[in-house]
Amino acid sequence: MNIGTNKKIQWCPGCGNYAIYSAFKNVVERNIENGKLIKENIVLVSGIGCHGYITNYYDLNSFHPIHGRVPPLATGMRIANDLLTVVGFAGDGDVYAEGMNHIIQAARRNTDITMIVHDNSVYGLTTGQFTPTSPKGFKGRSTPFGNPERPLNPITLMIVSRGTFVARGFSGDVKHLEYLFERAIFHRGFSIVDVIQPCVTFNNTYEFFRKRVYRLEDTDYKPNDFEKAVEKSLEWGDKIPIGVFYEEETDTYEKLVRGHENFFFNRDVPDITEILTEKS
Amino acid sequence: MSKWKSITGAQAVAEAMRQINPDVVAAYPITPQTPIVEQFASFVANGIVDTEMIPVESEHSAMSCTVGASAAGARAMCATASQGLALMWEVVAAVPGLRLPIVMPIVNRALSAPINIHCDHSDSMGATTIGWIQIYSENAQEAYENTLLAIRLAEHKDVLLPVMVMQDGFIISHGVENVEIFDDDAVRKFVGERNPDRYLLDVDHPYTIGPLALPDYYFEIKRQQEEAMQNALKVYLEVGDELSKISGHKYPYFEEYKTEDAEVVIVVLSSTAGTAKDAVDELREEGKKVGLIKPILFRPFPYKEMRKALEKFKAIGVLDRSIAFGAYAPLYTEVRNALFESENKPKLQSYVYGLGGKDIFKSDIKKVFEELLSGNVNPEEQRYIRLRG
Ligand SMILES: Cc1ncc(C[n+]2csc(CCOP(=O)(O)OP(=O)(O)O)c2C)c(N)n1
Ligand code: SF4
Ligand SMILES: [Mg+2]
Repeated sequence: MNIGTNKKIQWCPGCGNYAIYSAFKNVVERNIENGKLIKENIVLVSGIGCHGYITNYYDLNSFHPIHGRVPPLATGMRIANDLLTVVGFAGDGDVYAEGMNHIIQAARRNTDITMIVHDNSVYGLTTGQFTPTSPKGFKGRSTPFGNPERPLNPITLMIVSRGTFVARGFSGDVKHLEYLFERAIFHRGFSIVDVIQPCVTFNNTYEFFRKRVYRLEDTDYKPNDFEKAVEKSLEWGDKIPIGVFYEEETDTYEKLVRGHENFFFNRDVPDITEILTEKS
Repeated sequence: MSKWKSITGAQAVAEAMRQINPDVVAAYPITPQTPIVEQFASFVANGIVDTEMIPVESEHSAMSCTVGASAAGARAMCATASQGLALMWEVVAAVPGLRLPIVMPIVNRALSAPINIHCDHSDSMGATTIGWIQIYSENAQEAYENTLLAIRLAEHKDVLLPVMVMQDGFIISHGVENVEIFDDDAVRKFVGERNPDRYLLDVDHPYTIGPLALPDYYFEIKRQQEEAMQNALKVYLEVGDELSKISGHKYPYFEEYKTEDAEVVIVVLSSTAGTAKDAVDELREEGKKVGLIKPILFRPFPYKEMRKALEKFKAIGVLDRSIAFGAYAPLYTEVRNALFESENKPKLQSYVYGLGGKDIFKSDIKKVFEELLSGNVNPEEQRYIRLRG
């Protein structure tokens, strides 16, 4: 089984995207072979940016939309067809800047989609401007004076947005990425893996993270407690955790709306006749 | 003293912005606009301008932020291209009604889908009906000068409308040319300071911008906008005359190139006009009476003047770098409109070329001239240049 294509890969040599590419490839090939995934039922959506090229390199159904809109497209596909395994690849600029609101709505909606974020803390394709995950003081092409803004923490954001599977990966640890991607794909509900993806050309963070990351799975941390997960997500310093921060099994959006329940009438809506006849 | 600099079209616009020294610039990166903002960011970082620069998280925010700053009384600018313009459209469409004199350089790039980063005019041509003044530039020099002119035009009290200043993506934005940058002091004097008679931060005269107007006044407000557009025709020439004193250049509604004794002409916008001039020169050497008209001010469109200029020719070919799917192409439509009142209508032919950055060569333009000279034209047919068979 080989889901690669013969298209020449265009990323810079050493780019963190290669690790994401091969980890995902291995996971999908393995699971098609063992019958857990059906090749025809996999759909990939990729955003606009260096990361977005990824769909060119897999021989799978794919959709390359406009900048920032991966989560709503993936949601639409999944809701339209329950049989699909929908995976969105997005950049940090794509998903935490241009289209920020979508990922929050997708997380709390809990549609069964998987989001893989190529988080290089930079707009790679437009050549090196800061993004919402770039550190304060980051000197990029649009901020030669240093970025004055504080970065957002995608892991905390996704946990408090009620994402039901929230993990962080690192391009320097492909085996671990495979583990995370596999779990994310088979998680029932919204899953996100924010991958620290060094951009060797505009923001080479390999050294910085290699020294600091450790796997949560090597500790006795259990990803089943919301408050502990929020606390864990805030750990960012000499040690930076990668792995699954939070996981929860709950009904997906599609199960709820397809459950033949009509939410509008089941809601506690006041009787309109009462309001209309009320004397003011 | 003016200075010659070897710079790109994007840098030329950044130079104009340096001299304008706006209070606020908000932008989001998009190819091929990015180098304008990056160059300008370096001016900010080096303390060359006093601008507050905000690299925001999306184009929708960029234009919203610019609107906020402009409403507060600042001179505020933004710049974008293609998908960026499309995304900010909701806010862009509101600006003329708010009567905020925002100037926005646009680096023309094709719209998705399919995604494409190269030049055509589908982005700005999609915004011709919402009340922005539109000026198209042939080269870096013009992009620079038009940006300066636009500031004064936008802020003129009889106009108070936003202006888009276009240049062709990559062809001009990334191509290096020698550009004459006029004397800083002279330009600063020309652009002056924005002096709004009303603004939000004027605490002694509080007022509200953008409240609801229903069938009671909405229509009347739109009528006022149209009047301002008509005023812009006059003000454009006046401001142009003033700028001429610094630059020595003219700022007509459209440029006429070798049209005096011409029998057939091509009408085309922006950088292709440069290529067409070479084609005209070569055909002239062969004794062919050909010429060129390059519209510059596209909104408001100078119908009367255009009619007078065009009705003397035998045949006119109009080259559009965008399609108006299901209708005549945008520039062709205006040329047809301009000639409606004419008693002496030339023959017309519409051509679409260069979508998504497809090249157009001098030889293609010469072929168009030959076709026009041969009389093989059909005003109801849209022809395509260099389209794969
Ligand atoms: C509406 C819109 N604005 C801007 C762009 C230009 N653009 C293309 S990719 C990109 C950012 C890419 O950054 P990111 O999502 O982090 O992806 P990376 O290149 O880093 O993988 C931008 C701003 C665009 N395509 N569409
Ligand atoms: S610019 Fe950065 S993110 Fe883009 S391919 Fe090169 S290394 Fe990767
Ligand atoms: Mg990125």
